[in-house]
Amino acid sequence: MKGRFLEQIMLMLGQAPKKPVEFTPEAQKIHKMKRLTKDDFEAMKKHVRDHALEKNTWRNRRWTVLILVNILFTFSFWLDIQILEGALTASRFVGFHLIDLNSALQVMLAHKHIIVNLFIGTATVFLLWAALGGRSFCSWVCPYHLVAELFEKLHLKLVEKKLVTDHEFHRGARTVMWVLFSLLAIVTGFTVFETLSPTGILSRALIYGPSLALGWVALLLVFEVVYSRRAWCRYVCPIGLTYGAVGVISPVRVVYDLNHCFHEGDCRKVCLVPHVLEVVIKGRSPDVKVPIGPDCTRCGLCVDTCPSGALKFEVKGLNKLL
Amino acid sequence: MSQETESGPAVPAESDAAAAPRAKKGGAAPRSNARALEARRRFIRTAVMSTGVVGAGLAGYLPVAAQADNPRLRPPGALDENDFLSSCIKCGQCVQVCPVEAIVLGDITDGFGLGVPHIDSRKQACDFSCDAVQCILACPTGSLVYRKPDFLKIRPGAELAHKPVLKAKANDPEPTLNLIERAGLARLSRPEACLATQGKGFKGPARGADFTGQMRYMDVDRWAPIPVADHPYERDLCDLCVTECPIQDAIRLEVTEAADGSKRGIPVVMEQCVGCGVCEMICPVEPTAIVVDSRAVWEGEA
Repeated sequence: MKGRFLEQIMLMLGQAPKKPVEFTPEAQKIHKMKRLTKDDFEAMKKHVRDHALEKNTWRNRRWTVLILVNILFTFSFWLDIQILEGALTASRFVGFHLIDLNSALQVMLAHKHIIVNLFIGTATVFLLWAALGGRSFCSWVCPYHLVAELFEKLHLKLVEKKLVTDHEFHRGARTVMWVLFSLLAIVTGFTVFETLSPTGILSRALIYGPSLALGWVALLLVFEVVYSRRAWCRYVCPIGLTYGAVGVISPVRVVYDLNHCFHEGDCRKVCLVPHVLEVVIKGRSPDVKVPIGPDCTRCGLCVDTCPSGALKFEVKGLNKLL
Repeated sequence: MSQETESGPAVPAESDAAAAPRAKKGGAAPRSNARALEARRRFIRTAVMSTGVVGAGLAGYLPVAAQADNPRLRPPGALDENDFLSSCIKCGQCVQVCPVEAIVLGDITDGFGLGVPHIDSRKQACDFSCDAVQCILACPTGSLVYRKPDFLKIRPGAELAHKPVLKAKANDPEPTLNLIERAGLARLSRPEACLATQGKGFKGPARGADFTGQMRYMDVDRWAPIPVADHPYERDLCDLCVTECPIQDAIRLEVTEAADGSKRGIPVVMEQCVGCGVCEMICPVEPTAIVVDSRAVWEGEA
């Protein structure tokens, strides 16, 4: 397990998943058991599959939160209820400044001057998402995530009908672009990425009304449907990497339990970032319980999908407290 | 769940798809060859895609360059144009606090100005009916400020001689707007069309009955702006740009009387003009006879 922390960060930056070298004795025992008792294992697997319930618990909770947050933004302006004023890039929650970390980064690098409110808002949001899971921002708040998720279903249908195929990109592209957009902000003095960010565009469109910029968002969605599954979130969006970096220290995560896993790989099929679930492949888990790395968006699709409950949400340290 | 299981190799199967056709052709190590080929293809794809995305981002500079000579009118207290574009976090909080909804956000056709606030004075000008320049108070990043940070210099002629006195606050203990710089400067762009210069008066709603712009009228309600269409005027010699200007000593009407007793006037913009755009909004001539030149500086009376 040593070095896994760093390895997970490298994985987030684009490195390919590696097979673990060291296994804990407990994990080795389970891997061995699963090989020895193959027939029983298959029978158990079938039993679990036959009795598995199709559930969308976490997806429904997540969609509810995402929609409510974005509605709160919209209604704060439309109905003048003034609870959450602003857009996702920066806002005030009952007066307290909240500033999106990536937008803040772009502005700080471009303008090279940080006023107190900007610092307070950024620090507040940093603490908030450090506590809540980092990339959980992506799946629980970002409006583009929801739209892309719906269009992903269309993409998968077309793949099934063999009308389109998913073209993968190198995941390192996101890291390269994060660095490039940061450098561009410093060098040009413009917040170049903000011009492209579908998160900002959608959030503003929901609050201030539709704009031509939605055409860019539509273009991204078409690209994702016909060419590359979830391309923006997977290979481009620097917001995801910024929040991923915050999630490195977050106690909220999905934890994998080798004991309950039948290695069917359903979780990896629904996952936005399947490289974080490399651990579920048969023989790959270095320990009995393995927390999923920071690139995980905590969307909970794997938790819903797993027929045998091998993936669960966990708050680090909370079990000990209880 | 069934849907996911049917939907084929959604998991990054690295090279499986590419491996199959390559394997048939034979060769020493077909699978690893195919793998290498796919890796190369993926690398090229990624390079093309990344270049495309960064290129699309940089294309945002084109509208900024195109607008350089004729910049948009920014809300009061805005930093100089490039500083404004870089410091604005594109959240629209300024839009939300404006009582007359004068502030609108730029679209993607503005490039880097996407989501950045501006004012279209002819449609809806800033009449300072908030009294305190609320947009400055709302701005979380210091794009709109009362006072610039020291490292940002004030352009010559952008600085006001003294803090502008808001006519509506003239009787308050503190009658000024806490502004140091102007956003632009009004200019009589079509003197020949101006009603006053023709010696004409004006009667009725300034911009017609369908005009949606609003303004605060102190004699109606200090805290509730009303539609300009609901406030008709009657003037023997048109002086709307002067009387409706919210700032003291920003514009005056110089009247000359002919021998036959007929009067003609000419609006003269003065140094205290902050470039709010009310004169442009209220001008009853179509198209307007007076405009605000965004970012223009004071170079003496015209």
